[in-house]
Amino acid sequence: MSVVEIKGVTKTFARGNVTALENIELELQHGEFVSLIGPSGCGKSTLLRVIGDLTPPTAGSVTVNGKPARQARSDGDYGIVFQDSVLFDWRTVAKNIALPLEMLGWSRDRRRARVEEMLDLVELRNFADHHPWQLSGGMQQRVSIARALSFEPALLLMDEPFGALDEMTRERLNLELLSIWEKLGSTVVFVTHSISEAVFLSTRVVVMSPRPGRIAGVVDIDLPFPRTVETREDPRFFALVTQVRELLRKRGEHLLPEEAAELL
Amino acid sequence: MKQVREWLPALVVFAIVIAAWEGSIAAFHIQQFLLPRPSAIVRSFWTERHSLWPAGWTTFKEALGGFFIGSGLGIAVATVVGRFRGVGTALMPIAIAANAVPIIAFAPIAGAWFGEVSPHSKMAIAAVLCFLPVMVNTLRGLSSANPRQIELMRSYAASELEIWRRVRVPTALPFVFTALKVASVLAMIGAIVGEYFGGAFNALGVLINSDAQVFDFVTAWAGILVASILGLSLYGAVAGTERLVVKWAADTRDS
Amino acid sequence: MAAALRRASVVAAAALALVGLWELYRWIWTSAGWTWPFVVDKTSMPHVWTIFRAFGQPTQVNQPALITILFHKSVFTGKEALVGFAVGAVVGFAIGIVLAHSRLLQRGFLPYIVASQTIPILAIAPMVVVWVNPKLPGPLQGWGAVAVIASYLTFFPVTINTLRGLRSADPRALELMRTYAASRWTILWKLRVPASLPYVFAALKLAATASVVGAIIGELPSGLQDGLGGAIINFNQYYSFEPQELWATNVVAAALGILFFVAVVAAERIVVRRAPENVA
Repeated sequence: MSVVEIKGVTKTFARGNVTALENIELELQHGEFVSLIGPSGCGKSTLLRVIGDLTPPTAGSVTVNGKPARQARSDGDYGIVFQDSVLFDWRTVAKNIALPLEMLGWSRDRRRARVEEMLDLVELRNFADHHPWQLSGGMQQRVSIARALSFEPALLLMDEPFGALDEMTRERLNLELLSIWEKLGSTVVFVTHSISEAVFLSTRVVVMSPRPGRIAGVVDIDLPFPRTVETREDPRFFALVTQVRELLRKRGEHLLPEEAAELL
Repeated sequence: MKQVREWLPALVVFAIVIAAWEGSIAAFHIQQFLLPRPSAIVRSFWTERHSLWPAGWTTFKEALGGFFIGSGLGIAVATVVGRFRGVGTALMPIAIAANAVPIIAFAPIAGAWFGEVSPHSKMAIAAVLCFLPVMVNTLRGLSSANPRQIELMRSYAASELEIWRRVRVPTALPFVFTALKVASVLAMIGAIVGEYFGGAFNALGVLINSDAQVFDFVTAWAGILVASILGLSLYGAVAGTERLVVKWAADTRDS
Repeated sequence: MAAALRRASVVAAAALALVGLWELYRWIWTSAGWTWPFVVDKTSMPHVWTIFRAFGQPTQVNQPALITILFHKSVFTGKEALVGFAVGAVVGFAIGIVLAHSRLLQRGFLPYIVASQTIPILAIAPMVVVWVNPKLPGPLQGWGAVAVIASYLTFFPVTINTLRGLRSADPRALELMRTYAASRWTILWKLRVPASLPYVFAALKLAATASVVGAIIGELPSGLQDGLGGAIINFNQYYSFEPQELWATNVVAAALGILFFVAVVAAERIVVRRAPENVA
C-alpha cells in the first residue's frame, strides 16, 4: 500500500514568480525511507511541506494513507521534525514530548507511559525534567524526534533534521534514527543536503534539480540492513554516493556556479 | 552561602553610602532642612508612623487600583487586537506615539473628571500610565511567536485557539511581565502625582508636598521612604509572580 | 518616499479618528444623559474645535494669543528636557560602561539603581530645587534644577540598556578581538559599544519621553512660571471657566513629547543604519 502519493504537484510562489515545484510525481510505499536531495532552491523542503499540508500546492494532489493531505493532517497521520528542534522553552523535555499526545486527548497515565518509552528510545531518561536550553543541540534534536514519534504516526517528515549538528553527532544520530525506524517500521521522508547521509539512511534517494524544482532521478539504495559504521566503508556505498553525485552534477550544468560548488 | 556573596557588595555599598551621608552632613555643616541625616529620617519614619502608614496605604490602594485596571485593560485590548494582524500593525505606531505623550500632564484633567479629592482620579491617572506599556508589550509578545512552532501545531491540526493557548500566550508572558514591572513603578508615581493636584489630606503625595512646603524635609523624606517601600513591594510582588509563572526562562533574573 | 507618505496618511487618519471618537463619545453621553464614569459637559470635555480655537485667542486682554504663549513655554520646557536628556544620557551611558566592566560593582550598585526608580520623583522635586538651585551659576538658576530632575528620569533606562547592550556582543567576536591582542579599551569602542547601540537607542526613545515628563513634573513644585508645568498649574486653577486652555496646554505638551521621541528615532536611523530591529 502506498503511504504517500504525489500526483502532478506544482507550486508557484506569487511573490517573485518562482516555480518551486513543477509536475512532481512520486509514490512512497509503506516502510520506505526516502531522502530528498538537491541544491538550495530545488524545492525539496517545499515538497515536504506540501506532503504535510503546511503549504497548499498550486496544482496537483497529495494523498497520505489514501486520504487527502488535509484530512491526514487532521487525523495526526504524520510527525514532523525541523532543522532547528523547535522545542517549547516553557515545557520540560517530558512535556515537549507529550505535546502532540495532549493535542490528541490522551489520558494523563497513557501520556506518562508513552513519554517514558520515548525517553528510553532516544536515551534521554535522565533529562525528563530539564528545560530545552539545558540540553546540547544533538539532545534537543533527539527530543524533537521523540516528540514526532510519540504518537506512532505512519509517516515521519524530516526537514534537514541534522543539518545544524556536527559530523560526529550527526553520524551517531543517523544510526539511532535507523534503529528507531527499523523498530517502528514507519515510513520516512527525509530532506537533506548531504549525499552520504542520504545514501546511508535511505532505501531510495530522490535527486531534485532547481528552477523549476523537478525530480532529476531516483536511485535505489540496495545496501543491506542493519546498516552499521562499516556500511560507510562498503565499496557499494561509494558506488551509490558516486551515482547520486553524478545525477546532481549532470543537472548541475544548469546551476549557478556557487550552487554547483555547494554540491561538490 | 552563595546568596550572601551575591548580596554582600550591595550591603557594603549601603553601609558606605549611609556612613558617608551622615559623615558629610557633620563635616560640611549641611543644614538639616536641606538634606537631613539618615538617622533623623529613620527617627521621623518611626515617630510619624501613625500618620505615614495610613497615608501610604491610601496612596497604595489608588496605585493598586490603577495598576490592575490599567494593566488589565492593556492585556485585554492587546488580546483582542492581537487576533487581527492588520489592526495590530496599524495600531502600533499610534500606540507608540501615545506612549511618547507625557501622560502626567493630564493629571489635573483626571481630577476634573473624577473629582479632585476622590481616589478615582488618581486611579485613573495610574491606570492610563500602566495601560500603554502593558498593551504595547503584550501585543508585541503575542505577535512574536516562533512561526515554526505554529507550523508544528498546525501539523497536529491544532485550532487557532489551541495555538494561542499553547504557543502565543507562553511566548508573550515574559513580555507581559517586563511591562507589568514597569507598570508597577508607574502606578505609584501616577498616584502620587495625581495627589499633587489635590487629594485626601491623609494621602502620601499630599503629605509629602505639604511637609516640603513648610520645609519639614525630614518628614517629607520619611514619606518618600514609605512611598519607595510600597513601590518596591509592588514591584517585588510582580517580579515574584514572574518567577513563579515564567520559571522556564534562563534569563528572567536579568533585570 | 511612498512609505513615508503612507505613514503620514496613517497618522492623519488616526488623528481624525481620535477627534471623531471624542466627539462621538461626547454626543452619545450628553444625549443619553449618562453620568458614568463622569459627567460629560463642555467643562469636562470641551469640543475639539473649542480647544483649537483657544490657540488663536489671548487668555487675557492685551496679551498675545495662547499659541504664542504656549510656544514660548514649550521652548522653555524643551530646553530643560533637552539638557536633562543630554546629561542623563551621558551619565547613564557612563555608568553602564563602568558597571559592565565589574560584576562586583554591578552587585553593589544595580539594586539601588533599580530601587531609585520607585522613588516618586515629584516628591523629591521640591527638595532638589531647594538643594541644587543655590549651587547653580546665574544663567542656570531655576531651570537648571528642573533639568537635573529630568536627567534623573533619563539616566535609568540608558544605564540598564547600555549594560545589556555591552553584554550582548558576540562572544566569538570578543575572542577574535583577543587574537588581535586588542586592549580592553579597543574592544570597548570597536566591538562592545557598536553592539550596544540598538539597545542604547531603545533606551533613548524611552528617555526622550521621560525627560519631557521630568521637566514638566519638575516645574510643578519649583514655582517656575515660564514652562508648560507652570502653565498646567495656572490653567488648572481656571479649569471650571476656561477648560479649553488646559486642554490646549496638554495638546502642546503631547506634541513636545512626540517631537522628542521622533528626534531620537531620526537620530537612530542615521547612527544605527544596519541594526537589527526591535531590540526591546
